[in-house]
Amino acid sequence: MNISNTVKITPELVAEHGLKPDEYERILKLIGREPSITELGIFSAMWNEHCSYKSSKVHLKTLPVTGKIVIQGPGENAGVIDIGDGQACIFKMESHNHPSYIEPYQGATTGVGGILRDVFTMGARPIACLNALRFGSPDHPKTRHLVSGVVAGIGGYGNSFGVPTVGGSVGFHSRYDGNILVNAMAVGIADTDKIFYAKATGVGLPVVYLGSKTGRDGIHGATMASAEFGEGAEEKRPTVQVGDPFAEKLLLEACLEIMAKGCVVAIQDMGAAGLTCSAVEMGAKGDLGITLDLEKVPVREEAMTAYEMMLSESQERMLMVLKPGKEAEAEAIFTKWGLDFAIVGHTTDTLRFLIRHNGEEMADLPIKELGDQAPEYNRPFTETPKLPVLDASNVPAPKSLGDALEKLVASPDLCSKRWIWEQYDHLILNNTVQRPGGDAAVVRVHDGPKALALSTDVTPRYCEADPFEGGKQAVAECWRNLTAVGATPLAITDNLNFGNPEKPEIMGQFVGCIRGIKEACLALNFPVVSGNVSLYNETQGRGILPTPTIGGVGLLKDFQNSATLAFKSSGEAILVLGDTRGWLGQSAYLATIVGREEGAPPPVDLAAEKRAGDLVRDLIAKGRVTAVHDCSDGGLLVAIAEMAMASGIGAALELSPGGISPHAFWFGEDQARYVVTAPALALPEIEAAAKTAGVSAMRLGLTGGEQLILPAERPISVAELKKRHESWLPDYMAARN
Amino acid sequence: MNAAVVLFPGSNREGDVASAIKRITGKAAKIVWHADEDLPSGTDLVVLPGGFSYGDYLRCGAIAARAPIMNAVREHADRGGLVLGICNGFQILCEAQLLPGVLQRNAQLRFMCKEVFLRVERSDTPYTRRYNAGDVLRIPVAHGEGNYTADEETIKRLEGDGRVLFRYTSPEGKLDAKWNHNGSTNAIAGVLSEKFNVLGLMPHPENHVDPLIGPTDGRGLFESIKTVLEAA
Repeated sequence: MNISNTVKITPELVAEHGLKPDEYERILKLIGREPSITELGIFSAMWNEHCSYKSSKVHLKTLPVTGKIVIQGPGENAGVIDIGDGQACIFKMESHNHPSYIEPYQGATTGVGGILRDVFTMGARPIACLNALRFGSPDHPKTRHLVSGVVAGIGGYGNSFGVPTVGGSVGFHSRYDGNILVNAMAVGIADTDKIFYAKATGVGLPVVYLGSKTGRDGIHGATMASAEFGEGAEEKRPTVQVGDPFAEKLLLEACLEIMAKGCVVAIQDMGAAGLTCSAVEMGAKGDLGITLDLEKVPVREEAMTAYEMMLSESQERMLMVLKPGKEAEAEAIFTKWGLDFAIVGHTTDTLRFLIRHNGEEMADLPIKELGDQAPEYNRPFTETPKLPVLDASNVPAPKSLGDALEKLVASPDLCSKRWIWEQYDHLILNNTVQRPGGDAAVVRVHDGPKALALSTDVTPRYCEADPFEGGKQAVAECWRNLTAVGATPLAITDNLNFGNPEKPEIMGQFVGCIRGIKEACLALNFPVVSGNVSLYNETQGRGILPTPTIGGVGLLKDFQNSATLAFKSSGEAILVLGDTRGWLGQSAYLATIVGREEGAPPPVDLAAEKRAGDLVRDLIAKGRVTAVHDCSDGGLLVAIAEMAMASGIGAALELSPGGISPHAFWFGEDQARYVVTAPALALPEIEAAAKTAGVSAMRLGLTGGEQLILPAERPISVAELKKRHESWLPDYMAARN
Repeated sequence: MNAAVVLFPGSNREGDVASAIKRITGKAAKIVWHADEDLPSGTDLVVLPGGFSYGDYLRCGAIAARAPIMNAVREHADRGGLVLGICNGFQILCEAQLLPGVLQRNAQLRFMCKEVFLRVERSDTPYTRRYNAGDVLRIPVAHGEGNYTADEETIKRLEGDGRVLFRYTSPEGKLDAKWNHNGSTNAIAGVLSEKFNVLGLMPHPENHVDPLIGPTDGRGLFESIKTVLEAA
């Protein structure tokens, strides 16, 4: 694009920049004149949904973001929590949905790169990555290609950067056919007194550009991510950036070195809307103006205009305000790592965002208003109508529980995801205590014994049926997964993926989920410290399932005191802690076996959730239970099957209790439940502790043998079940459309 | 024993191998920058660690093989000094022609991070003294390009000289295409130089040395090196 900076701004140009006519009016009023094209570009970058949170802000403000352990809540590059001993855990999750659909490998890659940068910008060394992926129906012609590209991209970045990818969640549903979700989470560790922020302080200080050179890639990426897809989404490929994990690795090492040398006043990564967003944030947060001289920006293409440089989303770049007199020291470190280092501007006391290019003024805007005065909408919404509770008697029983189990564990959502996580280096750094495949990943901190438990969760089916209960459930399940390994859940990051907020029913889903998340966070003392909102996840007018992904962090004081889900030995009792009522509405059984997605999802009793979780954590700490597994999708029988498959040990199960039909008992998805095992001798103590805690404990059978045995059913070979469980995904990926 | 771990800009398992060396030998390894021209004096083991030395977007290890430090590494090897290349380090040793052959993309064309089984082919080498020939080790791999191959003549010579030190096998130590996860010729996982002082292998013994994290089958390799160097 080589147009003059003073080109006449037409309504068409305004629309092409994703700005509504009333938003343009707001710009005119704010600056009192017609903007230059560079200025229009800057506004479009700052005021799009992705960067301004204009539709979500009013609701996000309601989330609980404080707590004893919170050092930094939402609003910075990432959230920061205190994990004791002078150490902080810094983490965040972010989506890269639109780019990953257009170009799966690079879209996923740059999603991982962006979130890693958010974490190490704050001074943390990344210790783990996780992700949450949602693909369309396995039958959709693009799904295989998207799975293959996204997984390779996530691996390609993390493996080379050198951080273990230790966990995540993957699901399939036709509602993601034209709009997949790629949510990436990064977790890092820093000393609590060595955390770096974006807020600039001091006038006349050098603003330094670091990292890779600026090219024409990714221009308008954030604007693209703030619109629906129509026909020809693939034509947007040029808006997708290209990732370079090697450059990011160099950037990490150089940044941490420069921080350790005490050179840094403020630092901000160039993510969405690149140079624009990073410079404005540093200035606005510190009540300072910023002046940039663009001819000093390292570029990799010729004749780039101010407009292009301000909107480029080239990856692996940082902006930093240096302490005076530290230029030479900082430059030497960057040169050693072979990275670009250029002083591109300085801080001022004018509160203006002034952009010059070869001495010519290209933009001159009020810096605080660029962020603060972004439009904020309280969009109209309609509550999602409540669905009737589905009575188990209206759900057909399977011919055989065993057949249904075999089908469930080999279904796209519940099958083993080994084919995926084996493409991620999950062992590098030598701290992965619990590898992918369990309830939560466990990663040792430095030399231990301290460790972090990490998990990402959401059940979109539930959120679609009842956003409020679904929002609660996503938080509760994350809390439960951390608890199931013995960790104390500390805080979450949320990644809110929804459709077009301009539609009241979509906004209703968003508002409902936020309310549910809020209620669960308050009840479980599980604050939100960072997050990301991704709206307009629609293709040709059809929205995705509402998907508020929750990424949780929990703390284990000593990881040797943690639990895993595999059965440990024969002859142990299997118990379920928490009430089983046989809730089949929106269950995996109903969807997979019966082919219906109906009814209200299981309600989440947060008080019961807390009672059961606290009990389980205590039992693990005291060493009373030998295996622990969260009971979720697929209910009790799937949970028990997973514990059996992880160990190769079978189980003999008892008759389900009267009053509940067997398929509802074994496949119902009542919340707040854990399956545990214990030696017979420990049972009285466990049952007494459960009684004291107000949690029901029911014996389900005994571990042993090599089969799962249900009364009056043919025995199921654990080895055979595992073969089915393991083979669905590799078989699917090996097949051709 | 004086170990030096070479740090290329994109190395990422240097910490894993350095901590394994410290854990097993009690002595910290020195970290040597790729742009340096000399090894620390007294170095008796050089380690080229895993990672993506220069991004490795083209041929893995091709640029690293020409880094300034590699002249010193070559001289060290020529003098009979021990050089251990793990994963990317193996790729670099092949590119530097300190070892024969090349590492192609895995046969299934995907990056693989998993535990595999390695059969120790002989125990009379500086790297396997603490194992027995025929031992089967459980060691993780994490690579996209570990499919070892060479021309027929070279393979014949390697096999004839007994320079194949590790092979991918079944848990029982049997050769089986199913367990040769990356499709390497003759299931080769690690090879020695003519003088047996240079070893390249794709799997990561340094990731299986800590009983609190997982199996410890990788310890023997570092214990062997220690035994040999301390006896010298």
